[in-house]
Amino acid sequence: MINQLSWKVGGQQGEGIESTGEIFSIALNRLGYYLYGYRHFSSRIKGGHTNNKIRVSTTQVRSISDDLDILVAFDQETIDVNYKELHENGVIIADAKFSPKKPEDTQAAMYAVPFTDMATELGTSLMKNMVAIGATSAILDLDIQVFAEVVQEIFGRKGQQVVDKNMEAIKAGYEYTKEQLGGAQTMQLEKADGQKRLFMIGNDAIALGALAGGCRFMAAYPITPASEIMEYLIKKLPALGGTVIQTEDEIAAVTMAIGANYGGVRTITASAGPGLSLKMEAIGLAGITETPVVIVDTQRGGPSTGLPTKQEQSDLMAMIYGTHGEIPKIVMAPSTVQEAFYDAAEAFNLAEEYQCPVILLTDLQLSLGKQTVEPLNYEKVEIRRGKLATEELPEIENKGYFKRYEVTEDGVSPRVIPGMKNGIHHVTGVEHDETGKPSESAANRIAQMDKRLRKVSNLKFDTPIHKYAPHEEADLLIVGFNSTRGTIEEAMGRLEKDGLKVNHAHVRLVHPFPAEEMMQLVQSAKKVAVIENNATGQLANIIKMNVGSHEKIHKILKYDGNPFLPQEVHTKCKELF
Amino acid sequence: MATFKEFRNNVKPNWCPGCGDFSVQAAIQRAAANVGLEPEGLAVISGIGCSGRISGYINSYGFHGIHGRALPIAQGVKMANRDLTVIASGGDGDGFAIGMGHTVHAIRRNINVTYIVMDNQIYGLTKGQTSPRSAAGFKTKSTPAGSIEQAISPMELALTAGATFVAQSFSTDLKDLTALIEAGIKHEGFSLINVFSPCVTYNKVNTYDWFKENLTKLSDIEGYDPSNREAAMQTLMQHSGLVTGLIYQDTERKSYQQLVNGYSETPLSQADLSLDQEYFDKLVTEFM
Repeated sequence: MINQLSWKVGGQQGEGIESTGEIFSIALNRLGYYLYGYRHFSSRIKGGHTNNKIRVSTTQVRSISDDLDILVAFDQETIDVNYKELHENGVIIADAKFSPKKPEDTQAAMYAVPFTDMATELGTSLMKNMVAIGATSAILDLDIQVFAEVVQEIFGRKGQQVVDKNMEAIKAGYEYTKEQLGGAQTMQLEKADGQKRLFMIGNDAIALGALAGGCRFMAAYPITPASEIMEYLIKKLPALGGTVIQTEDEIAAVTMAIGANYGGVRTITASAGPGLSLKMEAIGLAGITETPVVIVDTQRGGPSTGLPTKQEQSDLMAMIYGTHGEIPKIVMAPSTVQEAFYDAAEAFNLAEEYQCPVILLTDLQLSLGKQTVEPLNYEKVEIRRGKLATEELPEIENKGYFKRYEVTEDGVSPRVIPGMKNGIHHVTGVEHDETGKPSESAANRIAQMDKRLRKVSNLKFDTPIHKYAPHEEADLLIVGFNSTRGTIEEAMGRLEKDGLKVNHAHVRLVHPFPAEEMMQLVQSAKKVAVIENNATGQLANIIKMNVGSHEKIHKILKYDGNPFLPQEVHTKCKELF
Repeated sequence: MATFKEFRNNVKPNWCPGCGDFSVQAAIQRAAANVGLEPEGLAVISGIGCSGRISGYINSYGFHGIHGRALPIAQGVKMANRDLTVIASGGDGDGFAIGMGHTVHAIRRNINVTYIVMDNQIYGLTKGQTSPRSAAGFKTKSTPAGSIEQAISPMELALTAGATFVAQSFSTDLKDLTALIEAGIKHEGFSLINVFSPCVTYNKVNTYDWFKENLTKLSDIEGYDPSNREAAMQTLMQHSGLVTGLIYQDTERKSYQQLVNGYSETPLSQADLSLDQEYFDKLVTEFM
């Protein structure tokens, strides 16, 4: 019996690799297993190696695994590229059609199953994925009926015959493989708790969080890995009176979002690095005009087009400092799908309370990795609109303007939206006075700049750093942000077994940086390892800038396009001692 | 009901004396009063450049954005509140150079916004460089040997992009211009009004006198029918685009707002931000 399984399916892009993984994982999620998936894919539609690695466990997992139990291969390339991940008891299940060759330097077993031929016999080669699911079930001794419900949901609208054929394909794959096994049981998963949990990607959670947070409009331009957010919202917003506009470009997306927020609607835009680069001037406009706007940046490999379908965390500095000039800005970095939901909803509150752009930073692994999520609690979502005027406003004499940029103690000014009587004021990206009229006076400039920056200097934010710090005096503090959380947690356990005292800090609010809290954590550790998917150690540099202790801080970097594995973090951290 | 004086504010424009933009400002104020608006029911969204300052010179809600982006901001405002009258405005550099992409797509999107371009064929605020509206051979600081690029024909371009309201005017024709802006505001869909608004400081070619000599009023062309797109294109080409009046209007095509699936009848800015727990539960179940 095993309580954890790592399964990977690979082949040529466009062959249905994704749906194979999808059906397999939805069914297992419904049985109560915890899943964590990561897709390796390329920026093309047909062709090129793609794979979907899914970890299945009876307890929560938030990282891809180091090794592999089962590799399902639709071509030889899949075997050649991935077999080294298989541990010695691992199994390759390959389509007999391409006469699979097992590499000599592996102890894993291989079963050739005629995926394509059996599927063709049943009607169409498209069902080879189902045969592969059946073969997997045989290895795991899984009752194939667990797939019946999912198959019904996916193929039901194509008619009962299609549903039946697909189930037959699963059965055929199961029976053929069972026969090959000849009674030898390779792996058997411990039973899961049967609890219903969610199974979603980070982008789903962001879109759902936006809806829960009162977002009713989105302007966006398609880009990997952000498009799922707009695709979800265009399905759901019409029922709530809103919509999504696919704009002509990234600049139109952000400026339309700024216009709609100015108009009083909670509006989101989402993109990745290239889009964020284009949005920078407008982010400055939102900053100086104090217009709330929520912008998602799903980081991928940069610069320029970079590695568009690969994991990276290299936009951090750009998101914190991007736009010319100096503005108030909030940059949030959720680390789990569940947190992406709550943070997306909260981003709208912060944008309105502090009247500034809020960037919700994710990375490809978090945005696209599909994982099991504990129930989301809508009651925990608040709607707070800050100093938005809701009552009738007093008349202003002599066509005076409403003091939309009134200098206040906390820096936040009363806000009105167009249409409100007695609220007329001017809005401009030019430096302006309290009513919004352009002003170049030195005293006014200082007063307005200070007021704007003052707003976020006392930002109220729940859990700016996730701390797991069991040791008052630690040998090592590991720091990360976004999707590396689970990987670090796993590595941490192994380091503890090695006898090291390890604390973990995962930064959730990257700007304004929670310097004091980080300072305490850094001070109570002998060494600090900052884990980042970038080449220059951006978070490490931010910590150095805010906290000091340069000599203690070590950068552990990976920028080959792939997420960290727990074993890599473990080894690199150990090397520090 | 508000008079045009109520659309005047206390701000003195920083335009040069004699600038064509003063008349555009007056025409917007008059048109707003004539169609029965109140100052708070109007939002003027402008770009960057001399003409971009116009949003600060009208007693209404105003948003002076960034160069070339008046249109997407204006469309966002309109989507947020369909009850507002939204006017976008800016210069020819704003709309036909840096913001050209938005102009074409705002035209095809057909959101109910009126776009007024103050076209002076030159960059004024940066002190006299060529514009995409400058004629070939036009000498400026950035084209000392004369522009070797072809000038854009915005009205022809609008027609090919699928515009539903295309008009052109001359800033001294206050009455005609006011009437066109009124018609643009009332038009259900996107309206583009290009206004020849001479730059008295930097453009010594396209002067008030030059326009008077070269412009043809469409009302003087016998039998001109603004519902005939093909004839509109032909007339524009015959006159090198130098015509004034309502060039083309399609009253049949529905605006974006009328076509959006599920779009709230009441301003979206008044939408309830909470969800029914039951609805939320349904959304969540879809991920199980």
